[in-house]
Amino acid sequence: MTSDMLIDARNIGVNLSNRWIFRHVDLAIERGKVVCVIGGNGAGKTTCVRTLLGLVNHSEGTIKRADPLSVGFVPQKLSITPILPVTIRRLAALAGKFKSGEIDEALSAVGLDELGNPSVSTLSGGEFQRLMLARAILRSPDLLVLDEPAQGVDVSGVEVLNKLILGVRDETNCGVLMISHDIELVFDIFDDVLVLIPHEFEKLRHSDTA
Amino acid sequence: MLDDFFIRALIAGIGLAIVTGPVGCFIVWRRLAYFGETIAHSSLLGVAVAILCDVNLVLGIFFTATVVVFIVFLLERREGLPTDTILGLLAHGGLALGLVLLSFFPSVRIDLHALLFGDILAVSRQDLLVIWVGGAIALGVLCWLWTPLLLTTISSDLSRVESRKPLLSKVLFGILVAAVIAVAVKIVGVLLIVALLVIPAATARRFASVPETMAIGAALVGVVSVAGGLFASLQFDTPSGPSIVVAALVCFVLTRLPLGLFGKGNTGA
Ligand SMILES: Nc1ncnc2c1ncn2[C@@H]1O[C@H](COP(=O)(O)OP(=O)(O)O)[C@@H](O)[C@H]1O
Ligand SMILES: [Mg+2]
Repeated sequence: MTSDMLIDARNIGVNLSNRWIFRHVDLAIERGKVVCVIGGNGAGKTTCVRTLLGLVNHSEGTIKRADPLSVGFVPQKLSITPILPVTIRRLAALAGKFKSGEIDEALSAVGLDELGNPSVSTLSGGEFQRLMLARAILRSPDLLVLDEPAQGVDVSGVEVLNKLILGVRDETNCGVLMISHDIELVFDIFDDVLVLIPHEFEKLRHSDTA
Repeated sequence: MLDDFFIRALIAGIGLAIVTGPVGCFIVWRRLAYFGETIAHSSLLGVAVAILCDVNLVLGIFFTATVVVFIVFLLERREGLPTDTILGLLAHGGLALGLVLLSFFPSVRIDLHALLFGDILAVSRQDLLVIWVGGAIALGVLCWLWTPLLLTTISSDLSRVESRKPLLSKVLFGILVAAVIAVAVKIVGVLLIVALLVIPAATARRFASVPETMAIGAALVGVVSVAGGLFASLQFDTPSGPSIVVAALVCFVLTRLPLGLFGKGNTGA
């Protein structure tokens, strides 16, 4: 692995409950590069990214990760139970040990500094994604991973989000791994793209050509 | 003039409430009420184990409850059964097994009523020591677990990516709950202990904007409920454990009345 390589996956596949979620995936993520994973609903994008992060065991292939590798992760959906009270600053602070000034800086980088310190439950979808992004960049990660950050965000919000992500990449030279179900949402930002086709379709395709 | 036994009851109950408040917050945040109920029910099996092995009651209950915690975790990972099915199996299985085992020892007289509903007025000086020293240790462990457990509650994936060891936090918290329940059974009984975990936490939610203030608020509500319940039981000659729970319930209802007098009212859960 070169020193810029963060994750190098070769021919990985995941089998859950006797079913291949995806197979034969090759993916390399380098510092300073934006890699997007594209695919329809249920194509296995989330499972693939969780596998790359070591949250799911792969059934075949090899994954090499830089060591140490600090990751800033924005999961696909995060539902916080309403009985747990948490403000945006408290949630951001859960990312590690940070000074109040560092949290201010991260929140202003994503444009949430004007909001004060409201309860997380009052945020809109786009504001919540930006908060999660602030939390991720607070950790000054080597790799930024976002699972469908554009979900529940309107078109102008997506543009803002993409600009923010590219800004972080330019400033810190981190790698970015990003999932989208719609290639148009990420068309202008990726350096590399992996298209996941559901395994059933792939089988269909093979039997078509056979 | 207040009697000695009443003062001891008050000190015991307050010590317990200070711990069950914050622990109870995690119980409601992590939706573990039925898990707590299971541990509590299995303490009857713990009583049988304590008598069989001739060890201290609290130790017997703690040991059995810890075993049950591990069985829950293993079954969840291995068997693919829904969690509430596993808990139903263990809660009532443990209770029944405990009662059957105890019936083999007709010579041992146990006060089933005290086990089920607690006997706070029979607290000894030694019990006080166990409650306050044990409680201090429990709170210490909870403080140490606080951030990883909180992040794990919000997202297990995030917690793992950020190297917070979610599985370890979950297991340690399970053991902590077992310890708290082992100590609490004598005071409020098998059937009422979960009330002392859940009701103060639910009451404190309304006044809290961050997890930490909710935990402190839950401890305060618990202390008020214990004091109120004990004085009421003295006044009206009602059983102490149920009186404490009723007092907690009264606190909860009072803070939910639409009087506009309490808190912000916009944080409703
Ligand atoms: N733990 C699991 N066990 C079995 N199947 C799973 C598991 N997790 C996800 N799947 C299945 O894998 C497929 C891909 O899911 P996912 O990775 O979430 O897709 P995407 O993110 O592309 O929408 C789905 O059909 C889902 O049902
Ligand atoms: Mg997904």
